[in-house]
Amino acid sequence: MRGNQANRLTNGGLIDRSAPLNFRFDGKTFSGFKGDTLASALVANGVKLVGRSFKYHRPRGILTAGSEEPNALVELRSGARREPNTKATTAELYEGLEAASQNRWPSLNFDVMAVNQLFAPIFVAGFYYKTFMWPAKFWESIYEPAIRRAAGLGRAAQVPDPDHYDKAWAHCDVVIAGSGPAGLAAALAAGRSGARVILCEEDFVLGGRLLADGGTIDGLPATEWVARALAELTAMPDVRIMTRTTLFGVYDGGTYGAIERVNDHLPVPPEHQVRQRLWRIVAKRCVVAAGAIERPIVFAGNDTPGVMMASAMRSYINRYAATPARRVALFTNNEDGWRTVETALGAGLQIAAVIDARAEVSPAHRSLASKNGFTVLNGSVNGVDGGKNGMRKISVSLTGGARAEVEADGLAVSGGWNPAVGLTSYHRGRPKWRDDIAAFVPDGAPPGVAAAGAANAAFGLGACLREGFEAGAAAARDAGRSGSTGLMPVADDEAFSLTPLWHVTGEGKAFVDQQHDVTASDVELAQREGFQSVEHLKRYTTLGMATDQGKTSNVAGLAIMAAVSGKSIPETGTTIYRPPYVPVAIGAFAGRHRDENFHATRLTPSHHWAAEQGAVFVDTGLWKRAQWYPRAGEKDWLESVTREVKAVRGGVGFCDVSTLGKIDVHGPDAGAFLDRVYINAFSSLAVGKARYGLMLREDGIVYDDGTTSRLAEDHYFLTTTTAKAGLVMQHLEFCRQVLFPDLDVQLTSVSDQWAQFSIAGPKTRDLLREIVDPAEDLSNEGFPFMGAREVKLRGGMKARLFRISFSGEMAFEISVPARYGEALVRNLMIAGKPFGVTPYGTEALGVMRIEKGHVAGPELNGTTTAADLGLGKMMSTKKDFIGRVMAGREALVAPNRQVVVGIKPTDKARRLRSGAHIIPKGETPGPDNDRGYVTSVCFSPVLDQWIGLGLVERGRERIGEIVRAHDPLRGEDYDVELCNSVFYDPDGGRQRG
Amino acid sequence: MRITCPFCGERELGEFTYLGDAKPQRPAADAGEDAVYDYVYLRDNIAGLMSEHWYHGGGCRAWLKVTRNTLTHEISAVEPAAGAGAAKVGA
Ligand SMILES: [Zn+2]
Repeated sequence: MRGNQANRLTNGGLIDRSAPLNFRFDGKTFSGFKGDTLASALVANGVKLVGRSFKYHRPRGILTAGSEEPNALVELRSGARREPNTKATTAELYEGLEAASQNRWPSLNFDVMAVNQLFAPIFVAGFYYKTFMWPAKFWESIYEPAIRRAAGLGRAAQVPDPDHYDKAWAHCDVVIAGSGPAGLAAALAAGRSGARVILCEEDFVLGGRLLADGGTIDGLPATEWVARALAELTAMPDVRIMTRTTLFGVYDGGTYGAIERVNDHLPVPPEHQVRQRLWRIVAKRCVVAAGAIERPIVFAGNDTPGVMMASAMRSYINRYAATPARRVALFTNNEDGWRTVETALGAGLQIAAVIDARAEVSPAHRSLASKNGFTVLNGSVNGVDGGKNGMRKISVSLTGGARAEVEADGLAVSGGWNPAVGLTSYHRGRPKWRDDIAAFVPDGAPPGVAAAGAANAAFGLGACLREGFEAGAAAARDAGRSGSTGLMPVADDEAFSLTPLWHVTGEGKAFVDQQHDVTASDVELAQREGFQSVEHLKRYTTLGMATDQGKTSNVAGLAIMAAVSGKSIPETGTTIYRPPYVPVAIGAFAGRHRDENFHATRLTPSHHWAAEQGAVFVDTGLWKRAQWYPRAGEKDWLESVTREVKAVRGGVGFCDVSTLGKIDVHGPDAGAFLDRVYINAFSSLAVGKARYGLMLREDGIVYDDGTTSRLAEDHYFLTTTTAKAGLVMQHLEFCRQVLFPDLDVQLTSVSDQWAQFSIAGPKTRDLLREIVDPAEDLSNEGFPFMGAREVKLRGGMKARLFRISFSGEMAFEISVPARYGEALVRNLMIAGKPFGVTPYGTEALGVMRIEKGHVAGPELNGTTTAADLGLGKMMSTKKDFIGRVMAGREALVAPNRQVVVGIKPTDKARRLRSGAHIIPKGETPGPDNDRGYVTSVCFSPVLDQWIGLGLVERGRERIGEIVRAHDPLRGEDYDVELCNSVFYDPDGGRQRG
Repeated sequence: MRITCPFCGERELGEFTYLGDAKPQRPAADAGEDAVYDYVYLRDNIAGLMSEHWYHGGGCRAWLKVTRNTLTHEISAVEPAAGAGAAKVGA
């Protein structure tokens, strides 16, 4: 391999020769210029071999010059930024770029896995399905690792990505995909009309094929016209030009996905900048000017390095001033391919021969050939001689049957052009077949989308400009913009003639899908084995399922399938097109939502104070809640939690319960409304009182529970569980708006407005008297159990007090506006010092609720009825409510239902575990003898043993029975006693005292 | 997908929560178990135009009745879910 850009032309091209850039490929240093892609710089340096193929490890070179590239995939960058399967053809060159070839070992030149070619028969179509099926245990241990080593593409970085990605929204009238002649003309027309335009171009410069194929527009050379158009568009305030941005998806309601490679052209993004940005663009109209993709012809050896698409060869020579070969042959079936001859001659290259599959070649081409001393052969290429060092010669089967050989180190191939129908075929659109150009073209498009130019099979330059301009003007008009579009840019139209040719039979492997190593014979085999639908063909052979989504292979695959099945191509049909049009990094979809920002975090009003105390936090939904407050010398969580429970039961403690959902219910019908959503009555609740309420789903299963207080005749304050706060609000709004619109009631979510703390323990009143204004009567008479009212605090601030208890102790809940929550906690700590006040977390809260037999999440599990929870008596018979009728169904009132019951091991030293199954003594554990399971457990400091709640069949009738707790997961089996679920203070004297 | 909320204007899908078929009406209290059973469990699943309940939880919290083509996701009408109750939203 030669370095030093030996294949760089001295003049021409859109590269900046004053800005040389050094880069490394497989450890070797090369140089290129600003304006190069990695692929063009490799071409300039004479590098032909760039990778090994997926299954057979065949040497591969560069096939294309764009995002359709199947072969030239590299690992770009190194370390944590290593990015596998990056297309060298779109990777912009930068100083210090590092890239490595993929799927070779130990080196690209000498690859031991190339022996896979000898085993080629086992890698045929469907080898995933029919090989290695037996014995099954061999799959994981032998076959899969072997295949994974042998077949594959690049390696992921294996460490977290150090870069940032963003997601953003944009809104406009017209979004345009592509900035070739059609896209630029569309942008000019729409922009001049006054439309807000976003022009997305995946390349780093505007112009599309104009950059490679030139032409004359409005009397100017193409690149000058592009510069003039760019200047005009840049001056328009409502036109936004986004280069390095691919429009990759069309979604419902005029939403488009685009990926902007903000800093992929730099080694590392500048500080505070993102690498890529995912755009969701909302546009009234979209013009798809995404161009067309030149298609290969399938023949033996068509994957040999040196075989290249004809248009790509023009790109490398004209745009990058880099010559892929010295002696070039052209294999074409259409007029457009011949441009490559002119380009190659212009660059001083030799033309070895032109192999034209068409019956007629124009006199002009014949005279060009004789003038430049090359032959024109009527026929097809059916073999390539060469290998990892490139191609040496091609064999040609001439029309009429004779054979010829042509020596060449480069073969340009043109099989015609396929409009890029991806974007217009999303939403399950199917393109239609056009015989004259032998290609699928858009047949309609998703709402608001129109194709123009080569994407719409208008291949001539003049036609591209005309279609683009008209589409841009129409899109602006549809978006309500009526300014003058000015003059349409004008150019000549080139002639286009083509004789379809898909596959030339010959000796050796002929590749349809080069990225997935699918050959013509694989397609034929699949057809023979009965996979006749294209969707089956695709999955059986994996044709078109690689990262390039078959951009250069799908149509050829269909054509070969059609030929062997005796159908036409349109009868064979296409597979369904799905976004994204190009691979998009998962990191871009995640954006900022990773690590600690994966989801929003909600902090309780006492959070910062609790953190100061060294609290251990637990995630409950989005909330961080203090789980326990460890103290120096405590050996584990259990010791801390036990201390907290004892402190509450023996003195006073407090716990932040602000995470409960809180809803204000206002209006003259507030009570009637609550009567319909709860199973128990609330219209009868006296002002100044609280009541525990239970809600059902309409199917009769318990939905949520909580305490609701009546603060005024027409004002209730409702609380929900933490988990269901949002859902209950949604449910209540449904009841209010949809089910009971006749009721005069309003709901307001006030979850974030109130900081709420439970203060519990026999010394609660002592503590509260330090906080609450002395004029407030907190005695049992003045503030009885289940009382609820507003009080004045010392200093005059208002708060709400609720005499409710979850712990079973004498307790109040106090709420203050959320911004005073932290101050309240700090004051509770100061005022409570003489009483030994102890903050407690959710674990101690849970212990005390289990000791009291209160149900919570594990029991309200979406399968239990009110009666299952022991709350059946709450169900009113005097009113209708959500779930009433269905709750009465036979199975929901069956006597053998699993109901809540207390459970404790007979051996007091035993630890009870949730999830253990309840099996009667003497029965074999198994589904037939399963009588229920343990739902909640805790170590009870009061009872000095592990206790729990469970859902057990006929549990309440079986109190006192000894059964087995069978826990196959932990390999445990022990005796437990079924008991009353209220373990502590069963008559409730303490909370009423 | 984008839904034009009659109170908030055009908003993107992420602000809304889907419930389902808006046709079934909650039976009167004395309608009997069969009627309630039908209401709770029998839902149409139409390939085509469907009237659906959507909740604008990320906006005004209105329940909406959205007419959507389930094959194309095209939304042809959006109105408050129920006359009287919904009319008070935003009032
Ligand atoms: Zn709204």
